[in-house]
Amino acid sequence: MRPRALILGGCVLLLLAAPALAALAEQPYYIDLIRRVMIFAIAAVSLNLILGYGGLVSFGHAAYLGVGGYAVGILAFYGMHNGWLQWAVAIGASALVALVIGAISVRTRGIYFIMITLAFTQMLYYLGVSLDVYGGDDGMRLKVKSQFAGLFDLNDPVTFYYLVLVLMLGCMYLVHRLVESRFGMVIRAAKSNEARTRAIGFSPYPYHLAAFVIAGAMCGLAGALLANHTAYIAPAYMDWTRSGEIMFMVILGGMATTPGPALGAFALLMIEDLLAGWTAHWQVILGPLLVLSVLFFKRGLAGLLPGAGKNG
Amino acid sequence: MNWSLVFEQLLNGLQFGVMLFLMAAGLTLVFGIMNLVNLAHGSLYMVGAYLAVAGTQWTGSYVAGVLCGFLGTLVVGIAVEVVALRTLYQRDHLDQVLATFGLILFFNELVAMLWGRAALYTSLPAWLQGHVELFSGSRYPVYRLVVIGVGLAVGVLLWYVVAKTRLGMLIRAGASNRTMVAALGVNIRLLYTVVFGFGAALAGLAGLMAGPIYAVQPGMGELILIQVFVVIVIGGIGSIRGAFVGAIIVGIVDTMGRAFLKPLLGHIISPTGAEAAGPALASMLIYLLMATVLAFRPQGLFPAKGS
Repeated sequence: MRPRALILGGCVLLLLAAPALAALAEQPYYIDLIRRVMIFAIAAVSLNLILGYGGLVSFGHAAYLGVGGYAVGILAFYGMHNGWLQWAVAIGASALVALVIGAISVRTRGIYFIMITLAFTQMLYYLGVSLDVYGGDDGMRLKVKSQFAGLFDLNDPVTFYYLVLVLMLGCMYLVHRLVESRFGMVIRAAKSNEARTRAIGFSPYPYHLAAFVIAGAMCGLAGALLANHTAYIAPAYMDWTRSGEIMFMVILGGMATTPGPALGAFALLMIEDLLAGWTAHWQVILGPLLVLSVLFFKRGLAGLLPGAGKNG
Repeated sequence: MNWSLVFEQLLNGLQFGVMLFLMAAGLTLVFGIMNLVNLAHGSLYMVGAYLAVAGTQWTGSYVAGVLCGFLGTLVVGIAVEVVALRTLYQRDHLDQVLATFGLILFFNELVAMLWGRAALYTSLPAWLQGHVELFSGSRYPVYRLVVIGVGLAVGVLLWYVVAKTRLGMLIRAGASNRTMVAALGVNIRLLYTVVFGFGAALAGLAGLMAGPIYAVQPGMGELILIQVFVVIVIGGIGSIRGAFVGAIIVGIVDTMGRAFLKPLLGHIISPTGAEAAGPALASMLIYLLMATVLAFRPQGLFPAKGS
């Protein structure tokens, strides 16, 4: 376990030092890029809870990015800039939406679950498009970022960077603690053998639903962060390719591992950034790369780390 | 309310439903037989539309363009199956979803590189352009009637092939027990390739027929793909009959909702409220329908037997 802890600790140190390094190299763009990556890492970490540990293949996780983002945007639109209120509403609304979607979709399995989560996210996407008051298809600008009354100021890129870093590590810790708890044990048991889990007296449905709601709420926080990061909210937050990307981060990094989703978010978004800087048609390269990674890179980046168990 | 308008929208709904059916039939066959979730099915629809446009421009003949779209998609479908998807049959659904998602990115960008990102609009030959008078005062485009006719004909043909021919027998046998079929000496890999190509060609047919009605552009396949998922969830996975009934229901509900929900709401709540809520509700209608069906019949209206 020691080399593994060293590598991961090194990654965290690198993230801590990144703003100073970027300032030294006079490349403030990288603070922005890494902050965006870490926001998506939060979304991926939340998806990992249900996809990696629970085996629920949700193809609609971008919905909660949208709900969280719109919660911040709509409150700001009516002049309510209090950050605590905005973020609490973002998390609460995402949890509520996840509860409704989950109550219907968690009853189903396999391919049905994939299609249903995708379809509900598409429904929310169209709802966003048809909200003319809030900019419809074009979305709306977030003129004032969430205000945290003197405690910290999101307009300062470095403060915002460290806030996102702390939240990302906090979410990873929370998911880690959750899956190690009794609750997490039931979820993992239901993934490996649902019939036996029932036989020893656990009905997986409430556990799956609770995990689905927690994941949605956490992703809603990522949505609130993303709205502040881009200062812009649009239905494109909920685009179905977004859901696919978040899913890819989890797989690329390594399912059902604590550092995996964050590693995957870094890998995918950095590759995207590199390819996009090289050619406008980067997706024609990324697509086959993704296919190859699914075919031949089963255990993900976390599986490459020393000390990774046989099951990743 | 104007009854000829209602009738016209009903036909539009039927036309949309028929196109959804062409897509859903291929997708549900591939899922039922190979147990493969193919998100790239929408890309094949797009490829069909683009190849038909390109073929028409090269040869100047609409019929040649249609042939080019249909046969071209068949070839592209078989190539995709042999190169990428064949290795995915034994994998779980998650891998299939991700790999075919990668294929979508590839196809969308490839099409944008070849033909640009702007939407293409195509013109129909003179013999498809006119209108027919259905009854006094109600005129309907010939082309949409042709689409309905072709779709229904394909539906009948599909039923005949699956239920009455040797190929159909093998398809049904492969769906219920592939190991046994292979043990009886059937080349199951070839059968899979044929079925996939067949499904791809149907998607291409839907795409090339959609070209003159909707815009031909990168990403056009995914918009319809997600609606096709709704169709399949409502109809029941793996069942062609379910795909047909689901497609017609979704097509009609979606079209009627978009046409009449706003004026109807205007009668019930205030016109300004209807102005805001009407379009939002209309675009969410089929998903709400799906949720309702799932709440009462989680396995869909016509679940496939034996699965």
